Amino acid sequence: MAYWQSIGLAALAVLPFLGLGDYPLHLCILVLLWAYIYTSWSIMGRFGLVSLGHGAFTGIGAYGTTLLWNQLGLTPWLGIPAAVALAVAVAFVIGWPCFRFRIVGHYFALTTLALSEVVRLIIIALRDHTGGSLGLTPRSALTEGPVALAALQFANKTVWYYIVLVLWVAGLVVWRRVDRSMARYALQAISEEEGAAASVGIDVTWTKLRVAMISAGLSAVGGAFYGQYQLYINPETVSGIGVSLQIVFAAIAGGMFVQLGPTVGAVFTLLLTEALRVAIGHDVHGLDTTIYGLMLVVFIIFMPRGILGTAIELWQRRHAAERRTV
Amino acid sequence: MTDIFDIFLLETVLNGLLLGGVLALLALGLNLVFGVIDVVWICYAELIMVGMYAVYFLYSVYGVPLPLAGLAAIALVACGGMILHYVVIRPVLAAEPINQLLVTGGVLFFLQAAATLVFGVEFRNLGLRLPIVEIHEMYFSFARILAFVAALGGMVALYLFLTRTFIGTAIRAISQDRAIMPLMGVNPNRIYMVTSAIGGALAGLGACLLVLQYDVHPAIGLTFGPITFLICVLGGLGNMIGGFVAAFIFAQFISVGGFFFHLEWGYAIAFLFFIVMMFWKPRGLFTRSD
Repeated sequence: MAYWQSIGLAALAVLPFLGLGDYPLHLCILVLLWAYIYTSWSIMGRFGLVSLGHGAFTGIGAYGTTLLWNQLGLTPWLGIPAAVALAVAVAFVIGWPCFRFRIVGHYFALTTLALSEVVRLIIIALRDHTGGSLGLTPRSALTEGPVALAALQFANKTVWYYIVLVLWVAGLVVWRRVDRSMARYALQAISEEEGAAASVGIDVTWTKLRVAMISAGLSAVGGAFYGQYQLYINPETVSGIGVSLQIVFAAIAGGMFVQLGPTVGAVFTLLLTEALRVAIGHDVHGLDTTIYGLMLVVFIIFMPRGILGTAIELWQRRHAAERRTV
Repeated sequence: MTDIFDIFLLETVLNGLLLGGVLALLALGLNLVFGVIDVVWICYAELIMVGMYAVYFLYSVYGVPLPLAGLAAIALVACGGMILHYVVIRPVLAAEPINQLLVTGGVLFFLQAAATLVFGVEFRNLGLRLPIVEIHEMYFSFARILAFVAALGGMVALYLFLTRTFIGTAIRAISQDRAIMPLMGVNPNRIYMVTSAIGGALAGLGACLLVLQYDVHPAIGLTFGPITFLICVLGGLGNMIGGFVAAFIFAQFISVGGFFFHLEWGYAIAFLFFIVMMFWKPRGLFTRSD
């Protein structure tokens, strides 16, 4: 396994030197960045903690970092940790009562949905500072040169590619750490039967809260880097119900129970959008999302384990059959 | 000075009451579907959007008289509800609850994008000029009063249907015990289809009332959708009386909050209130906490 991992990583590392051009590189960056955010969601989502509120955390990450930089001149090197701390604090404030009072299933999904709307509405309502629905641009530090290390702004896409690559790998490492921890068994037990899990001595509230805070913090980092890369953020593109659903659906389409599932989801959804756009052109608004919506419905009905999850399942079944015949 | 202030506040409160009537109607359809089928239609507000477009096109483009256009829209959305149940919900009835929630989320994307594709992103309105009613120096739009009255009428009609007809009784029975009713000779699939049709019809009625007050555009569902779910959850999913009361509470938050601050703050405060209430009454307003 480690063998394949290093080959894959090496392939990704040399990718910018293949002379791809700016547009494909831009797509790779977006895929990796969203793959990272989807992975962050799946860290808690795979245990039945289906949050429709991760748009809140990406929004806090993006707006927190940019506002600190624009208004106070605080470098993102400190701004990102501050925004992440805020996101984790929000996750705690919302998560603790949710888990303490056993708000699960539909109720949990809809409570977190309310959270993501609260954040979006607050961003719009504070329009004097955030620019409201018009969005916000981080004050540019690129006037003096292509690299502004203190402002974490880079004109060069190759630099960004490596940044998001590291971020994505870090997200996968965290996923793996959680997967290999004792907490994973506790979380699985909780997702199956909360009362029984509590009766064998698992601290249900704290176990859930920890994984929710990790997931929220990672998502906030993703939102912050999205803002730094695009140099433009908008309440609709980094927060609210739209982003929250986008995160959940991509993770499910790829397969939220396997490590690379959310990444496959990111590749799939972005390729679908871009391919349709290239094939049909800009004039036909909505066709890509129409097909996307249809595919989601089909996926959830016929392939609830997602693309990668189903592929692995099929492969294992064939493997098992082969072994039987031998 | 204080007199003027008070009368504005009273006007706001009364307008909130009128808004509450419409929100209560919207919540009713969603609650009915959840109570009976145990599925949350995340795309409920998108069904309303379809109804609004239907009224718009029938009335403004094809010149159908408004009441007829409204009835046609109600029938269309009722069919939409049945199609939604038959095509999308039925295959996942046995799946995990969260998959049922998400599959209708896919429908949300689909309907919203399909509307963009077919109708474009323009804001359209009926171009009606409804009178403004003045009572004691307070101004109310006639559309809102009409919506309030029609919403109450719709709720009474539903109540009579559920309590006075055989199939209504069967619907109430199946929402109380899903396992026993089939043994009593009731075909649950038929009940589900009828319930979906009624849920759709209520969305259609809501659409007729909303299209009088708001412009229709593909993303209009996102304006009413979240608030409708939250009302239902606050009242206790499936609890119709709870949803009714919660709708008026929410409407006051939006209306009065928007009066003192910006409109977004009204919504933000209402949503925060919802989150706080979730912790106090996790299963809805009218339950004893255990």
